[in-house]
Amino acid sequence: MKGIGVSPGIVFGKAFVYIKNEIIISEELISEELIEEEIKKFNNAIVKSKNQLNKLKEKTKSEVGQKESEIFQAHIMMLDDVEYTGKIKYEIEKNLYRSEKAVKVVSEEFIKLFECIDDEYMRARADDIKDISDRIIKNILGIIDSDISNFDTEVIVIANDLTPSDTAQMDKKNVLAFVAEIGGKTSHTAIMARSLEIPAVLGFNDATKVISDGDYLIVDGLKGEVFVNPDNETIESYKIARSDYYKKIKELNNIKSLEAITSDGHKVEIAGNIGTPDDLQSVINNGGEGIGLYRTEFLYMNSDSMPDEDIQFKAYKDVLEKMNPNPVIIRTLDIGGDKNLEYLDMDKELNPFLGLRAIRLCFEKVEMFKTQLRAILRASVYGNTHIMFPMIANVGEVIKAKKLLNECKEELKIEGIKFNNNIKIGIMIEIPSAAMTADIIADEVDFFSIGTNDLCQYTLAADRMNEKVSYLYDHFDIGVLRLIKKVIDASHKKGIFTGMCGEMAGDIYASVILLGMGLDEFSMSASSIPKVKKLIREIKFKDAQELSNKVLMMKNSQEIKSYIKQRLKELKIDVIE
Amino acid sequence: MKREEVLINNESGLHARPASQFVKTAGMFKSDIFIEYNGKKINAKSILGVLSGGIVKGSKIFIQAEGEDEEEAVNELVNLIKDKLVD
Repeated sequence: MKGIGVSPGIVFGKAFVYIKNEIIISEELISEELIEEEIKKFNNAIVKSKNQLNKLKEKTKSEVGQKESEIFQAHIMMLDDVEYTGKIKYEIEKNLYRSEKAVKVVSEEFIKLFECIDDEYMRARADDIKDISDRIIKNILGIIDSDISNFDTEVIVIANDLTPSDTAQMDKKNVLAFVAEIGGKTSHTAIMARSLEIPAVLGFNDATKVISDGDYLIVDGLKGEVFVNPDNETIESYKIARSDYYKKIKELNNIKSLEAITSDGHKVEIAGNIGTPDDLQSVINNGGEGIGLYRTEFLYMNSDSMPDEDIQFKAYKDVLEKMNPNPVIIRTLDIGGDKNLEYLDMDKELNPFLGLRAIRLCFEKVEMFKTQLRAILRASVYGNTHIMFPMIANVGEVIKAKKLLNECKEELKIEGIKFNNNIKIGIMIEIPSAAMTADIIADEVDFFSIGTNDLCQYTLAADRMNEKVSYLYDHFDIGVLRLIKKVIDASHKKGIFTGMCGEMAGDIYASVILLGMGLDEFSMSASSIPKVKKLIREIKFKDAQELSNKVLMMKNSQEIKSYIKQRLKELKIDVIE
Repeated sequence: MKREEVLINNESGLHARPASQFVKTAGMFKSDIFIEYNGKKINAKSILGVLSGGIVKGSKIFIQAEGEDEEEAVNELVNLIKDKLVD
């Protein structure tokens, strides 16, 4: 059976089906004779919850540490709270609520009370109450959720959808692979899987229905294939495929620390994209020569409130110091579109991808934007800092963003705080109008970075998440290729460099065209770095130029792709996909 | 019934860790124990109650206990507040 292979690797293992259950509270009242029974149900659920929490506490204590286990102790204390349990019992007796409804009503009262207090600690306790309330209710109703934060053995996780927070809390060291029903090559799960180097297959229809817990699976994260309880023949042939695959990986390991220079001496830079400081090691391990895209959204998304300047400063400094003297391109907040922040109170939009996102949102929330700019400036003394603004539509926005950056510089000067005054400034090219006016914008910036995911979507007017029009969404589209060429040429005429931080840069066949067009920097998921480096080291720049000139005159992407494959074969270049 | 007034003198008040320390200690006694603060009567054995009391440094509270071990309970809790709370 097939899905979309989004993160390469071949693994064998047992399935773990992750089912998230919804809690449905019955509004029905009970009769008076049932009060006692309802209270008993509640008491039993408390006992059960306490047992679960004690186990979690012990496990966390031995595997992670005393400090991390304390949260569960706090939960147990709340279950012991006579005010809380007493009120719940009172609601059952007085209002004849079902026990689950009583738990919900009382918990919500406490949550409201704690949430209004302007104190981070108290608000965190509101979350704790929500947690224990859910736990008690699930125990009353007999709802069993699969636990993904702790696996006893290595598993392949099967799910309908995996949200960024699911993957964050997952026990990743025991996850061999992901298989999910929802998602494609550019979805967040895919990007996450690639940076964690966990093989993944997404867009696999009915995965949670056709695969059961404990099924033996073979997952091929490159081809997107999943075999459920395969026969011996398949197992044997895949064992061979696996050893071939890992032999190639070894070959890549040998060249990854070398320069990305063509056989006729044209040098480019190969960098990595990261979402958190934790992803950095993987970029370094794979031979990345810089960070071409440091996404900063995760700082905002993993938090319940706006991250303050110090928290941001530390996250930027950490990466800059570790990469120094290699360049790090920090992209300012790109929220909106498919990524939302609860605490920001954003309006629902009819067309979020054409709405208030990224730099537009930052112009609306100037204080939030300036906090980030100040944090980046403060961190800039610790490494080779580049700042990049996303979703720029025209030169006016660049000037506006730079003005705000200058205001922050002035503030820091007055406060006597050090920063690098020559920090490099660039923009993402992802809106066609910016690509068309790259020659004008080039006068205002030090570099461009082409974001192909959005550039494709906006150029072809095709929503990348809509499966019905995804056939249009293609970075080999001749219109997209010509725009990219235009941007690179415009930047070189003005003496600035162009990089690319979209998924396209890590596409081995696309990278040949980009190299030929003169792209200066290729930034991609860490795991794509070695194979692109290998290709660049084996090809001649002259051949790549010739190839890209030819491609730019072709009519459709099918023709382009088969031409590249054939040409690489003629040039005797062995490609690892 | 035993009742005694005490001044909250630790940095964070009856909040976070000090609050759970206080509630844990109160839970060891059989008596019913209450805090009187700002006109409110708070169950000393309830962590949610104590936390939502908002008892900060400098507050004056009454501790009141009723039951077979009321003497020890009040003495122990007053001692705890005076010099054993860990911020």
